[in-house]
Amino acid sequence: MHPAFSIIVFTTLSGLGYGLAAVLGLGLLDASTLSVKLAHIGALAMIAAGLLSSTLHLGNPQRAWRALSQWRSSWLSREGVMAIATFVPLTVTAWFSIVEGRYLSVAGLAGTVMCGVTVYCTAMIYGSLRSIQAWNTGLTPLCYLLFAAAGGFLLASVAGYSSGSGGPVCAAIAILFVVGAWISKQQWWTRLRTLAPLSTPESATGLGHIGHVRLFERPHVNENYLTREMGFKVARKHALKLSRLAILSGGLAPVLLLLVAILAGGAAAVPAAVLAVFCYALGLVVERWLFFAEARHAVMNYYGG
Amino acid sequence: MTSLPSLPTPKKLGLVIDLDVCVGCHACVISCKEWNTGGYGAALSDQDPYGADVSGTFLNRIHTFEVVPEGGQVIGEAGEARIVHFPKSCLHCEDAPCVTVCPTGASYKRAEDGIVLVDESKCIGCGLCAWSCAYGAREMDLAAGVMKKCTLCVDRIYNETLKEVDRVPSCVRTCPANARHYGDLADPTSDVSLMVAERGGYDLMPEQGTRPTNKYLPPRPRKPLAASAGSAVLAENTDGAKGFFAWLDGMLDRI
Amino acid sequence: MTSEPHVALSEPVSDEVRKTTCYMCACRCGIDVHLKDGKVRYIEGNRDHPVNRGVLCAKGSAGIMQHYAPARLRAPLLRTGPRGSGEFKEISWDEALELATGWLDGVRQADPKKLAFFTGRDQSQSLTGFWAQQFGTPNYAAHGGFCSVNMAAAGIMTIGGAFWEFGAPDWDRTKLFVMFGVAEDHDSNPLKIGISKLKKRGARFVSVNPVRTGYSAVADNWIGIRPGTDGLLILAVIHELLKARKIDVDYIVRYSNATWLVVDAPGSAEHGLFVRDAEGKPQIFESVTEQVVALGSKGARAALSGRVELPDGRFAVPSFQLLAEKYLDPQYAPEAVAQETGVSVETIRGLAAEIARVAFDEAISIDQPWTDMNGERHEAFIGRPVSFHAMRGLSAHSNGFQTARALHMLQVLIGAVDCPGAFRFEPPYPKPIEAHPTPHGKAEHFGSNKPLSGPHLGFPRGPEDLLIDADGKPMRIDKAFSWDAPISAHGLMHMVIANAYAGDPYPIDLMFLYMANMAWNSSMNTAGVIKMLEDKNPATGEYRIPKIIYSDAYSSEMVAYADLVLPDTTYLERHDCISLLDRPISEPDAVQDAIRWPVVEPDRDVRGFQSVLIDLGARLKLPGFVDSRGKALYEDYADYIVRHERRPGIGPLAGFRGSNGDRAGRGAINRNQLDRYIENGSFFSAHIPLEAQFFKHANKAYQDFAVRMGFFDEPKPVIFQLYQESLQKFRLSAEGLREPVAPETHRERILATFDPLPMWYRPFEEAAVSREEYPYHAITQRPAAMYHSWGSMNAWLRQIHTRNPLYVPGPICDEIGLVDGDWVWVISHHGRIKVEVARMEAVNSSTIWTWNAIGKREGAWALDKDAPEAKKGFLMNHLIHELLPPKGDGMRWSNSDPVTGQAAWYDLRVRIEKAEPAEVSEPHLAAVAQPGGGRPQVEELRYGQEWAK
Repeated sequence: MHPAFSIIVFTTLSGLGYGLAAVLGLGLLDASTLSVKLAHIGALAMIAAGLLSSTLHLGNPQRAWRALSQWRSSWLSREGVMAIATFVPLTVTAWFSIVEGRYLSVAGLAGTVMCGVTVYCTAMIYGSLRSIQAWNTGLTPLCYLLFAAAGGFLLASVAGYSSGSGGPVCAAIAILFVVGAWISKQQWWTRLRTLAPLSTPESATGLGHIGHVRLFERPHVNENYLTREMGFKVARKHALKLSRLAILSGGLAPVLLLLVAILAGGAAAVPAAVLAVFCYALGLVVERWLFFAEARHAVMNYYGG
Repeated sequence: MTSLPSLPTPKKLGLVIDLDVCVGCHACVISCKEWNTGGYGAALSDQDPYGADVSGTFLNRIHTFEVVPEGGQVIGEAGEARIVHFPKSCLHCEDAPCVTVCPTGASYKRAEDGIVLVDESKCIGCGLCAWSCAYGAREMDLAAGVMKKCTLCVDRIYNETLKEVDRVPSCVRTCPANARHYGDLADPTSDVSLMVAERGGYDLMPEQGTRPTNKYLPPRPRKPLAASAGSAVLAENTDGAKGFFAWLDGMLDRI
Repeated sequence: MTSEPHVALSEPVSDEVRKTTCYMCACRCGIDVHLKDGKVRYIEGNRDHPVNRGVLCAKGSAGIMQHYAPARLRAPLLRTGPRGSGEFKEISWDEALELATGWLDGVRQADPKKLAFFTGRDQSQSLTGFWAQQFGTPNYAAHGGFCSVNMAAAGIMTIGGAFWEFGAPDWDRTKLFVMFGVAEDHDSNPLKIGISKLKKRGARFVSVNPVRTGYSAVADNWIGIRPGTDGLLILAVIHELLKARKIDVDYIVRYSNATWLVVDAPGSAEHGLFVRDAEGKPQIFESVTEQVVALGSKGARAALSGRVELPDGRFAVPSFQLLAEKYLDPQYAPEAVAQETGVSVETIRGLAAEIARVAFDEAISIDQPWTDMNGERHEAFIGRPVSFHAMRGLSAHSNGFQTARALHMLQVLIGAVDCPGAFRFEPPYPKPIEAHPTPHGKAEHFGSNKPLSGPHLGFPRGPEDLLIDADGKPMRIDKAFSWDAPISAHGLMHMVIANAYAGDPYPIDLMFLYMANMAWNSSMNTAGVIKMLEDKNPATGEYRIPKIIYSDAYSSEMVAYADLVLPDTTYLERHDCISLLDRPISEPDAVQDAIRWPVVEPDRDVRGFQSVLIDLGARLKLPGFVDSRGKALYEDYADYIVRHERRPGIGPLAGFRGSNGDRAGRGAINRNQLDRYIENGSFFSAHIPLEAQFFKHANKAYQDFAVRMGFFDEPKPVIFQLYQESLQKFRLSAEGLREPVAPETHRERILATFDPLPMWYRPFEEAAVSREEYPYHAITQRPAAMYHSWGSMNAWLRQIHTRNPLYVPGPICDEIGLVDGDWVWVISHHGRIKVEVARMEAVNSSTIWTWNAIGKREGAWALDKDAPEAKKGFLMNHLIHELLPPKGDGMRWSNSDPVTGQAAWYDLRVRIEKAEPAEVSEPHLAAVAQPGGGRPQVEELRYGQEWAK
């Protein structure tokens, strides 16, 4: 699948945003502090930017409102509905923190749950597609949820350390989620790389009873919408290298940096946590790029890909 | 409207494609393009039409495969590779994932005849339906920003301004090799259903669980010429030219 | 659940439908052109049309994009820059026609042979030929010489007809169909319709072709033969049939010259000629009374074998004895030919067995009494349901004429010509060779300011009909009908530029071409031809070919080399007639012709070439184009189509003749004729009575029908010429036994290739170059979605073939280490090209190939400079020379069939070497400018958006 910049930005940013919002909803941090207030604004901004980015990649963005209508069958519609609905508790929670300087547990916890559901919906847009076998597994939403949670706690630890309370707790939980996320991602990769293809040129053409099927000529010589959108291929060697980079940057580095923050504390904690967030975000972008780049669409059985 | 019809559609209109006779001439591809570029919905645009990256929207494309027997069925002259031309357009699946993934309800399957359509006025161009289709049946038109797909020429097959005989999809009407057949696959007595039963028509990628309406007819089994080499027709006559002329004289006597 | 959206299901398609004839290839299908708001909305096949019966191919459906292509010329062009630059200025038609008239008139007064007038793939040869004849130049032909003259000439000389336009398989009855070397056109839709019918009936379809694409892909049996060896395969099949005695003796006795006695007197001027009586009647040996009698003597039982002493003491044998002895020889046994052809013994034998089995064990019968030309009544038509079709794959070799002869001989031997289930003639064929003219162009045939005394093209009956001077030198610029190519019935268009450039046999002043891309894909040695067109005589500073007039509708590569360009219309804007006088579209059961008419008006300053030619004819005051007072006879081509008469009552169109429009074939001029055609869907069809539908060559009812229709003025039955006497006459000349005697230089070649019985020899190039040095064949195939070079300016078609890879057999890839996308040098004795490769398994293992004419010159066809057609597309033509490699004596023969002069495109031998990766194929010629100025950049097409619902 073509790793479109807008979609990578969307899933990365909204994942971090929902993660942070969800953690803030738990009330582990002091809602009256400036850094927590800023964290609320940051979470909402990341969510909004992600959504905007995804809207802009539409062919007809002016009709985007229509996407809220099909929640009964469409994960994309559900995600849209949930994204908007989640804004309610998140805005209320943020309002209470920013304006009143306190934590409202009803709204906060509701927000946390709804953030989780929204991320789950996002993941299921991909996870539900049988045509893309790499994604079509329960591990996809699991990874998305764990990555969101890890990102949320990472960001929360920055806010915690900055505000002077809750930092270590958040950092400790973040380490657990980061480790968990990458373990499940490793599972996801193992599955992908050992997978017997569900569909083959033989099943795509029904000509397997005659022999080995190979594309001889494309329907049209140049690329078309399908091959541009779905024909992206990344070399196995390249993908392995990138996945190692993702783990190092998005897994190992943040864990070490958070340990530094926890153990060193004090003035070193904040920069360490900030650095951890940056490393994590970079790892996540690479992970998301690979999420698309490594996924082979069944249609490529017709295009020799 | 994104939900699939709750009951099986009374009619399942679709195509049956005969791979035994398709010569890969692309007639259906272009006929489809010209019919649909001025018909249902937005035109089928072409980008950079006279340049390096020429590329356009097509609702029907012909792929060409080379099939090399590897312990498979021996075909033609023993052991040879063969070329199979493979037309492909929307299969109008019964369990069409492109319909259920659509967030706006633009994609729908008609309850009456099972045709899968896009209501372009609702399409936001998110592209998810194209992702969900294992067959590559949907293509986003880059000029219009909406998803285009085979309509089974819904504006032909019910078109009362056309003669009855012409109320078939454009690709079917134009196919010079008669490799494309249109009909109701829900009716076991229809020509297309009989053809499918007789020739072993099959689904593409059944493992995708989409239950396509369109069916493909496999190339017919072929018997090598070499199998006739030993037939009694060519019984040896070893008596050479002399014997040949004697036989000729005999033949002339009988005329 | 909300309700489904409303869909407009019954919108009218268009405002109006106009029915005309397609011209996206040479197939001539009927089309319904739907017009909306004055624009073409949609083109579909005409269901009533006998050629395509409603279907239409990709090219036909893409007519819209052809019509609106930016590559269309806009106005007459006068060259301003050097040749090849593409720099022109647009001028008015008055200026253009005045200029052309001046140039033409000068030549006509001084020396009319200094005009070479050659037309490419047009369908108006009866007009262009007539015009050239009235002009008086001997130098006229159409494109048959580089297309398929071997097929046409061999067919006409052997059975009085040939494939495609002169006959077709009996698709509804044939049980075994064998197709040789047919790419995806010639003809297009009828073949597809026919193959589909066969498959539905479970008939067997065998394709003999080195490449398994297109029709071969769906064949039941594919024989991936080595190029140029088809003749050997056919003769091996004949060997097997003779050996097994599976021939139709009754048929060959009745309908062929098998019984005719051949003089056996080596060393005499009559050796190998037929024994004839004083009236010229062939003689046979009557085996009951043991007397030599004239052919057609009542009750005679003719012998097919035996050596007979003639009254004058010489000996003679029936021609069939020579035939049988020749092909029973073990050199034609499957075992002996398997290696050369690359076809296994079992497959050859199996093919022969299937032919024999179907012809004789599955014979069919149509219960319809008929009477033959001898007055004998038959109760039924007996059919041998084996049919054949062949085209360029078989004929574009230097042994193509003899190979095509072999195929026709095979059909006759099994009794499968024009019987139910077999190959069937399409009227006005069959036509015996006697009904064809001999060529005109000898010195006494033309002169200053007068017409040529007869038609240019025809069939020489012997060396006496050659167009040569007293020294044996060619009279025509293309050397047609000379010792070089004695039976070049369609001329040698591919040699015109090279000969004119070399001044051999003489220089010319003016070359006038129509619809022939001679500066690109229609020439061998493209870069060399371009140099010839660009080269100037240093003495005079003038181009070697001083003036070139060219007519085309598009900015093809050739346009850049013209001095004056006459822009043609598209096929939707013009009148045309598809005439029985030209290249007919009849069916075996019906006489048919058709028209085109302007279904849309031109939106620019262009004119149909035929109308322009008629205008020029009037300006030049050519007889036939002006009346006695010098006034133009015809307003335009439409007027000519209706009012021109070739013989009294016989005009370009056969339908709706007579003042009431109720006459077919013969009849007075009908001024409403074109309207009647348009009402009828732009075609005319007259059914042949059932009694006359088969055995047309010998069927009295058909012969009478042919006379009624005006094909002939008296019956012209055909006797199949298995043994070809005219070829033997050339051999006698080459032996020095017959006048005119062949020049020494030509003797060996004629003796080696003019066998009066079909023969096979290695194609010349293969025989001339080292098989080790050039181990592979290189050929092209026609893609179904492109017609020659006319498709790259079409936005829809060019997406299918935007560039062409070189397809290389898997074993060669493995040997050299090639994978898809690698680059190679392809090297012939003449040149080398650098191209991108793709692997293929379903191909003859010694044959590399590519799609024909996809490669384009940068700047031509109004494509962007970086168009893949120009960057990565390529032509094989650069590897092919119009001459064969020099031999020891320094003579260089033309790379053509020695009998007909057909260009031997498929004789090419090459080797390949892995090359460095590249982005541009080589040779890459410098860009040409867009003639008449640039076109607005089209970034996006949304054709039909205004009608979107």
